[in-house]
Amino acid sequence: MRRTARDSEETSRVLNRRTLMLGGAMSAMVAVLGVRMRYLQVDQADEFRLLAEENRINIRLIPPERGLIQDRNGQLIAANEQNYRVVITREAAGDAELVLRRLAGIIPITPEELERTIEEVKALRAFVPVTVAERLSWEDFSKVALNAPALPGIVPEVGLSRRYPLDHDFAHVVGYVGPVSDKDLEALETPDPLLRIPKFQIGKIGVEKWMEDTLRGRAGTKRIEVNSAGRVMRELERQEGDPGTDIRLTIDAEVQNFAQARLGDESAAAVVMDVTNGDVICIASSPSFDPNLFVRGISHTDYNALMENDHRPLANKTVSGAYPPGSTFKMVTALAALEAGVATPDTRVRCPGYIEFGGRRFHCWKRGGHGSVNLARSLSESCDVYYYDIAQRVGIDKIAEMGRKLGLGQRFDIPMSAITEGIMPDKQWKQDRHKAEWRIGDTINASIGQGYVLTSPLQLAVMTARLATGRAVSPRLVRTVNDRELPVVEAAPLGITAEFLSAIQRGMYEVVNSDQGTAKSSRVVEPTMVMAGKTGTSQVRNISAAEREAGVISNDQLPWNRRDHALFVGYAPYDAPRYAIAVVVEHGGGGSTAAAPIARDILLRALSDGLPPLDAYPASQRGRIESMLNELPLRDPATGVTTVRTRA
Amino acid sequence: MSFLEYRLKQAPAGLRKILFINWPLVVLVTAVASVGFLMLYSIAGGNLDTWARPQMERFAAGMVLMFIVAMVPIWFWRNMAGLAYLVAFILLLFVEFFGEVGMGAQRWIDLGFIRLQPSEMMKFTLVMMLAAYYDWLDHKKVSRPLYVLIPVLLTVAPTVLVLMQPNLGTSLLLLLAGAAVMFAAGVSLWYFGAVLALGVGVVVSVFTLRGTEWQFLHDYQYRRIDTFLDPTADPLGAGYNIIQAKIALGSGGWSGKGFMQGTQSRLNFLPEKHTDFIFTTLAEEFGFIGAFSLLGLYALIIGFCLVAAFQNRDRFSALLIVGVAANFFFYIAVNLSMVMGMAPVVGVPLPLLSYGGSAMLVLLVGFGLVQSAHVHRPR
Repeated sequence: MRRTARDSEETSRVLNRRTLMLGGAMSAMVAVLGVRMRYLQVDQADEFRLLAEENRINIRLIPPERGLIQDRNGQLIAANEQNYRVVITREAAGDAELVLRRLAGIIPITPEELERTIEEVKALRAFVPVTVAERLSWEDFSKVALNAPALPGIVPEVGLSRRYPLDHDFAHVVGYVGPVSDKDLEALETPDPLLRIPKFQIGKIGVEKWMEDTLRGRAGTKRIEVNSAGRVMRELERQEGDPGTDIRLTIDAEVQNFAQARLGDESAAAVVMDVTNGDVICIASSPSFDPNLFVRGISHTDYNALMENDHRPLANKTVSGAYPPGSTFKMVTALAALEAGVATPDTRVRCPGYIEFGGRRFHCWKRGGHGSVNLARSLSESCDVYYYDIAQRVGIDKIAEMGRKLGLGQRFDIPMSAITEGIMPDKQWKQDRHKAEWRIGDTINASIGQGYVLTSPLQLAVMTARLATGRAVSPRLVRTVNDRELPVVEAAPLGITAEFLSAIQRGMYEVVNSDQGTAKSSRVVEPTMVMAGKTGTSQVRNISAAEREAGVISNDQLPWNRRDHALFVGYAPYDAPRYAIAVVVEHGGGGSTAAAPIARDILLRALSDGLPPLDAYPASQRGRIESMLNELPLRDPATGVTTVRTRA
Repeated sequence: MSFLEYRLKQAPAGLRKILFINWPLVVLVTAVASVGFLMLYSIAGGNLDTWARPQMERFAAGMVLMFIVAMVPIWFWRNMAGLAYLVAFILLLFVEFFGEVGMGAQRWIDLGFIRLQPSEMMKFTLVMMLAAYYDWLDHKKVSRPLYVLIPVLLTVAPTVLVLMQPNLGTSLLLLLAGAAVMFAAGVSLWYFGAVLALGVGVVVSVFTLRGTEWQFLHDYQYRRIDTFLDPTADPLGAGYNIIQAKIALGSGGWSGKGFMQGTQSRLNFLPEKHTDFIFTTLAEEFGFIGAFSLLGLYALIIGFCLVAAFQNRDRFSALLIVGVAANFFFYIAVNLSMVMGMAPVVGVPLPLLSYGGSAMLVLLVGFGLVQSAHVHRPR
């Protein structure tokens, strides 16, 4: 079968025509590809370039080291310690759940924690590291490192975490840090991006919270190049942040430790202030708790134990507790009367054991009465009738004014949580608050610090400091920031007549040092440390007429939470005041027996270098005091270990 | 149909044939392959041994093979067409039942020294077979149904086998290559119109039968189509390839990020960056200029082939050249459409650039056939 030439011609023509068509179609397709290329690479280049950068560049924050908190002498209260932790990255782990369960067999992780971590790992993006366990012992940490081949995606890391070496002593002052909660974030208008770092810790209460901005520091950033799996390939740029600023408190850790130990198991508070500059030397609330528990994440059992304790360890009684000041308020009433001119230091009032106003009988604590009482005796023997009498003459508004002048009914700006304003009532206040007329009985009650009057131990300490100096001393808690002393503004004079003030001071001297004084058993015999003060016993219940007839039930026979609060305010040395103190022992019974001895010990501790000198105590008490002091569970300042010291 | 048709005396013989080889084509092919070596070197992060060196060795072997094929007279190849097709077809059947499974598909036979992919072989043996068929067929009968049915069966049978492997990309290319040869041979355009209409019908039924027992495609193939239609729907999953490829391309801009500076490929954002997606790295590092130049080189290769086809008065040779060129073109078109987000991801390598042994060898053998046809053309 041979083809003719014509056939062959024809075949070629068809073939060439079809080839040409194919070539044309191919050219068209090439043109389309070229146009598409141009569209992607030229027209949309900027957009894609941005996307490529976003792909590649990741900005990570470098958490700054948190500022340290020290006492006035530089002892560490809040420190940062190395924290061995284990982190998992899902992307590297493969089956994260399996790896985590395997890990749980190596180091102690509670099932509850394990489930939480698994949830978290699943919820976050594959390359986001999630902390599985923190604060591992070196042993566990090594175990994880050793088993690394069986634990893909698990990385042992060393980070910094907060530790409070003085644990219980400063729980209420310094507070603690904890992970940022949603509530924390909501409270801030423009939250620091640092707060978004998982498990980043911020101050939750106390100084840690209120000085958060100072302590936190500024985050550094690093621009890193990541690959498609999110793994860091290299660091492109690093900007170091600023570590948090160190601060020193005005508190003396050793005095604080002594006070905390001295308060012991009582539900009590003690505040010591330097009257010359307002420095808070010690501000102890008892019982306390270990803030380190909260940093780690407190267990339910521990938390419930704290919550159910009727002595309320979590409450900071020094600033949050509002107590009727009882007789410690009498200086306010007296000064108001003196300044108003309704009484002089020599004015005498007859005390038959009660006084009658408007058909009601108001009793003095001493059933038989004190007889004829002047200012000094009214203070030293704490005669109530004297104050009922002068108070109804001067009126509540003047008393309230004096109270406020002396620091009551107001909130002092120190970096602590839940600071109460207390209540310094007057006519207007009752109108606003209770929509009722102020009655004479209210004045009578208020005159001896009962009724509506409520004060915090801090306020009482301020009041005492002001009484001791005649100046508007205000408390301050922070001494230096970043090693720079904060300026101390000299307190302005209160404008109280010096004669009246010294009459009050004399009265307070006699409370402790006269033979009739209510706190005479708490006197200091060392001449350079002589203490002046005032006891207070505030009722937390009403004593009915019937009970009064039958004889008032003594505190010993009442259930703990119905007993009177014991208070004592004082300062020392009497002739050159240095420290003022306020002690409140909740339901402690009488101020002279429960609060004054504590106040004396703490004041003496503050005035001396070490333990209170035994010479300062009356000879008859020295043996008892010595054994009491020896049994105090004090921290050894050198080792930081709390031991019960026993002297041979 | 006989050797006598060639004017033997004027035809080159012996080593002189080398002079008659279509040298521009050789240079162009080498140039494109060199671009490939460069890219493989860059993708490996400046490591020659990872991909570039093996690729170069294969290219060298392929070039030797190409010259050998080119030296053998074209009529020998024409006579071999039927046998070659048969062998390739049997091998295809063989892998269907005994082949190694790779990437979820049965694709190769391990011969020890090389992994033979019969589907790759089939691409050119099919073209040879069809060219030989039309060389044999009286051109007046070309459009008769019976004579149309034969090449259709010749094309569809291996296509179905490849589709069953399953290898959607290669089966598509086989279909297109067969169609291209039939088109060039002058089969009536009505047939093509009818097939096109049928194709539309198939596409519709592919989608309507989805999820039923009779669904045509594997789930992963459906997903690829889905993500092609909307890659952003699953940016970290199936749509990831397309999005990242487009980012790589686009971020290259006009002149690119520079050799070895492509962040998308170096940081592993690009999938299969050394095989199917190699073009994205080129586009990222050399920009529009580089990518367009490559497209130009490809166009030139095809152009030279088509010119060679025009010059060749031997029907088998011309059809063979057109078939090889069309095959080459479809490879490029499908791959580039795919990486530029114009077509679903079907796993078609970029010829001469993508890393891979048998594809490269087969391609160069194909060019060897073109050269043989060119050298031994009737003068």
